[in-house]
Amino acid sequence: MEEILKIEHLSKRFDDLSILEDINLSVNKGEVTVILGPSGCGKSTLLRCINGLEEIQEGNVFLDGKTVNPPLKNTGKDRTKIGMVFQSYELFPHKTILENVILAPIVVQKRKKEEVVKEAKQLLERVGLSSKKAQYPRQLSGGQKQRAAIVRALIMNPEVLLFDEVTAALDPEMVREVLDVMLDLAKQNRTMLIVTHEMAFARAVADRILFLDGGQIVEDTTPEQFFDAPKTERAAKFLQTFSFES
Amino acid sequence: MFDQKVIEMILIGIKDTLYMTLVSTFFGYVLGLPYGIILKVTGKDGLRPNRIIYGIGDFICNIIRSVPFLILLILLIPFTRAIVGQSYGSTATIVPLVICAAPYIARVVEASLNEVDAGVIEAAKSMGANNFQIIFKVLLVEARVSLFSGMIITTGLLLGYSAMSGTVGGGGLGDIAVRYGYYRWQTDIMIVTVVLLIVIFQIIQNLGTWILPHIDHRKR
Repeated sequence: MEEILKIEHLSKRFDDLSILEDINLSVNKGEVTVILGPSGCGKSTLLRCINGLEEIQEGNVFLDGKTVNPPLKNTGKDRTKIGMVFQSYELFPHKTILENVILAPIVVQKRKKEEVVKEAKQLLERVGLSSKKAQYPRQLSGGQKQRAAIVRALIMNPEVLLFDEVTAALDPEMVREVLDVMLDLAKQNRTMLIVTHEMAFARAVADRILFLDGGQIVEDTTPEQFFDAPKTERAAKFLQTFSFES
Repeated sequence: MFDQKVIEMILIGIKDTLYMTLVSTFFGYVLGLPYGIILKVTGKDGLRPNRIIYGIGDFICNIIRSVPFLILLILLIPFTRAIVGQSYGSTATIVPLVICAAPYIARVVEASLNEVDAGVIEAAKSMGANNFQIIFKVLLVEARVSLFSGMIITTGLLLGYSAMSGTVGGGGLGDIAVRYGYYRWQTDIMIVTVVLLIVIFQIIQNLGTWILPHIDHRKR
């Protein structure tokens, strides 16, 4: 298996508050890693450190052997290889869905417009948004917006895709349509790191589960192992909060 | 009621007022827009925070804005003369109007850019956009509604200031109002000029209000 993403001794602090402590992680190409953990454990911060949205105090993040955080002079180009989808979509409100999708490939990657538009249309079709391409984000439902945001990340052709609680802001009936798109991506052997609270989805999509607590990776295991027989008490306690007994 | 001469004078006054207002708004933005972008970019949560640059920009902005326009008009007379060759008339008035407007516009622009959702900027960063691309393809585009309404407000303000410059021989409707209404007690001429100023202001404001929804895609 080929390693694509490597994190070495990563530490992140906000002033005196330590968020992540000495994180070490190696992710292989095509691997779907789901990061679980109680709120405030540093899951989202870890994703944000990976694509350089957060400054890190110690350590390194490497993509394909090249440092992406702390950023170097030419990191911008490598950054396009890490795509991110956010909890609150973050679509550009004054651009149509198509314009949202084609902006970065044209402006950042300097690709030809016709070619980008063609690919954008294909990708939008694939997630069932063909009819929405000329509309503005406010005209779409949450689930549609999130699918558009996924397409916007995909069209950059990233090596790694980061999903930061992408269904957390959605109404329950819209969660499924977004998760289906992600399952489809997993089947295409995309390298993905997913932060989620959807346990059933995590189990279905993951090749590997990371359980974070208190800024550290507490468990790094297979989904079967994690959900059926968690090794640590902290993980067991965390899983209990998702089960109900009548 | 008025003879040909007065009517002609008022027509020229309208032309001068529009000339001063529009040209000074334009040049005000030529200086103020980059100034505002620099304030936003170097500010605390900006793309490239820089305490020193922001501090200097902020300080100069506050100083110019705290000087009353009438005083600025007089203080700048030597500067105005150096640039346009004379210190009176409508073209000369444009110089202090621009100097007065630029820091005001910078603040309006900074405030507009601050309204752009930080998450959208992060999204652009996550797609590898550099600061230059973020400013021109995201910040200015997403802030356009607020930037536009700021421009309408600024134009209205400069219309008022151009009238004020009439007191020192600036030309335009304000000049007429002061010369005839104040110095010669010709109240009728003064009232006409004031009504004309009101009408021009209304046209600017209504034009803005009419255009605004056409460039706003966030809600309808």
